[in-house]
Amino acid sequence: MATQAPPGPPASHPPAPVSPGTGAGGRPRRGSKSYQPNKWFWVLLAAPGMIWLAVMFVIPFYAMLAIGEGKLDRQTESPVAVYNPFTWSSANLTNVWRDLFGSGAFAGWIAWRTIWYVAVASLLSLLIAYPAAYFVARFAGRRKGIFLVLLIAPFWISYMMRMLAWIDLLQTNGYVNKVLSFVGLGSPNWLGGHSYTVILGLVYGYIPYLILVLYAGLDRIDPSLIEAGRDLGLGRAGTFVRVTLPLSRQPILTGMLITVLPMLGDYYTNTLLSGARDTSMIGNLIEGQLSTPSAGQGAILSLIVLLVLLVPMIYYVVQTNRAAQAAT
Amino acid sequence: MSSTAVAEQISTAGQARESRVRFFRNPWRHPWFLEGFTWLYLIWSLAPIVIAVLFSFNKGKSQATYQGLTWRWYWGDKVNSIWYNPQLHSAMFETLKLSALTTIIAVPIGVAFALGINRWRGVIPSSFNFLMILSFVVPELIFGVAMFFIFTQMPGFRGLGLGNWAEIIGLVTWNVSWPAIIVQARLVTIGRQYEEASADLGCTQFQTMRRVMLPLLIPAIFASAILVFSGVIDDFVIVDLLSSNASNTPMSVIIYSTQHGGNGGPALNALATVMLVLSFLVAGLGYLGYRIMTRGQRIDGQQALTAIAGAE
Repeated sequence: MATQAPPGPPASHPPAPVSPGTGAGGRPRRGSKSYQPNKWFWVLLAAPGMIWLAVMFVIPFYAMLAIGEGKLDRQTESPVAVYNPFTWSSANLTNVWRDLFGSGAFAGWIAWRTIWYVAVASLLSLLIAYPAAYFVARFAGRRKGIFLVLLIAPFWISYMMRMLAWIDLLQTNGYVNKVLSFVGLGSPNWLGGHSYTVILGLVYGYIPYLILVLYAGLDRIDPSLIEAGRDLGLGRAGTFVRVTLPLSRQPILTGMLITVLPMLGDYYTNTLLSGARDTSMIGNLIEGQLSTPSAGQGAILSLIVLLVLLVPMIYYVVQTNRAAQAAT
Repeated sequence: MSSTAVAEQISTAGQARESRVRFFRNPWRHPWFLEGFTWLYLIWSLAPIVIAVLFSFNKGKSQATYQGLTWRWYWGDKVNSIWYNPQLHSAMFETLKLSALTTIIAVPIGVAFALGINRWRGVIPSSFNFLMILSFVVPELIFGVAMFFIFTQMPGFRGLGLGNWAEIIGLVTWNVSWPAIIVQARLVTIGRQYEEASADLGCTQFQTMRRVMLPLLIPAIFASAILVFSGVIDDFVIVDLLSSNASNTPMSVIIYSTQHGGNGGPALNALATVMLVLSFLVAGLGYLGYRIMTRGQRIDGQQALTAIAGAE
């Protein structure tokens, strides 16, 4: 046991000698439980991060709630936060509710469109990403390194750069249309506000994150399990369905979460690739209200999105914790 | 079904079909279809980038037709090249400034947080750990909007206002989870025996941290610093919401707002190419650094690659 008092907090050194680590005969057990670190040392280490998270992560969400439940200053036309929960007004909440579910509900349509786009885009991403990740993890052999570099490269390329690349290609006189008209398929106006362009953008934008998670998960599958499946008489497809797929359930779920959550808050992809009102998503609605008198409604809308997403987010956190504990 | 039965079936089949059947029945044949699919995916994912980079060297003003090579959009043009256009020029340095400051602040806080939370057992540390992972998955827009509100509305923060401070605080909060998560994962694999050994040999907790744990954690800390730095280069939502004027607008936001405003041109491609080169440079240095730091450990190039991409 250390003899010096730890630097750091003035707290006294824990009385070590009567430690539970010594067994019946006074003989130290294996794994040396005589090591009893001072808890305050850990507290002190964690404190800056804890304070930062409390001030910069928790308080902003409270401010958001206070603005959502706050009032509107009629003179300056700007929202006023109300920090006391007892004087909260529900004006914004009723407005948002009416927009979402009322008779003239324009926001309701936007919400449905968002869910629809995100569902299609994330499923497409999975269909594209899984086979590629699976191939690189299982069959790339000696060329794995080069495949991995190419697979990971988009991860290091900024989202804006990747959108810009498609804007270049999809212009009316761009290369995509040149190829299409050469084959005789006409030249559609891709950037003129179409759902398929936005979905293409979402898939292209978020697939690198998904593929990375899938690769890491698939690479961890023990090949001997797959060989065992084969030895026990399953064919290629049988082994895949009954061994590989069940083992990749976790990476698929994590990967989907990691793509779906940011997609739901996306407002830039469709601004850049479409810009049309009838492809706008919930993110556009929130972002568009920020510097306007209806910022309070934007706050309420953000909180509703947050509330809806809380279940999958907590699922993710629990899974992460469980994985960390399993590794101990 | 035994493999002999398969073999018999094959041997009784016609000679002409035999080779093809054997090819399809061979359970260890190379999956050509999958490989082809993977190549198609890679072309689809990377060719547009290559073309966009080529357009940054375009002689003409078009982003759609290629007209020949030039450095015009980098420094040749005295008005609208990224070196002479004041907005584009300052955006490059703003990005670098934000990346460096965020990394310097977020990584130490995150590493200390990880060490403390991981060893201090109880309800308080686990709820803060929960909060930290939550900050990792919350949609960036929602978090950015909350940040926007405190810097425009809340007493105490309103004084700072939108701009550099708001951006740095937002980015640090958003990125602090990288070092916190990566270092915790590494701590789990290291185990406690080194700490216990060093305590048995008479080290104080502080000495154990500095002489034993920190050297063991250096690769993980380095990988997280690389991730934070390059993450900030590529970040868009937080800086878009929290920047206030041209002097504190980084590259990603300039690309977005200029292209969206209809003033796109090869100069934007040039700016995006600078971003790309910067990110790849950071990634390359990160890879090399990680390899050097993990020399002597059983870590191959592929593991190093996934480590600096945050997938390990």
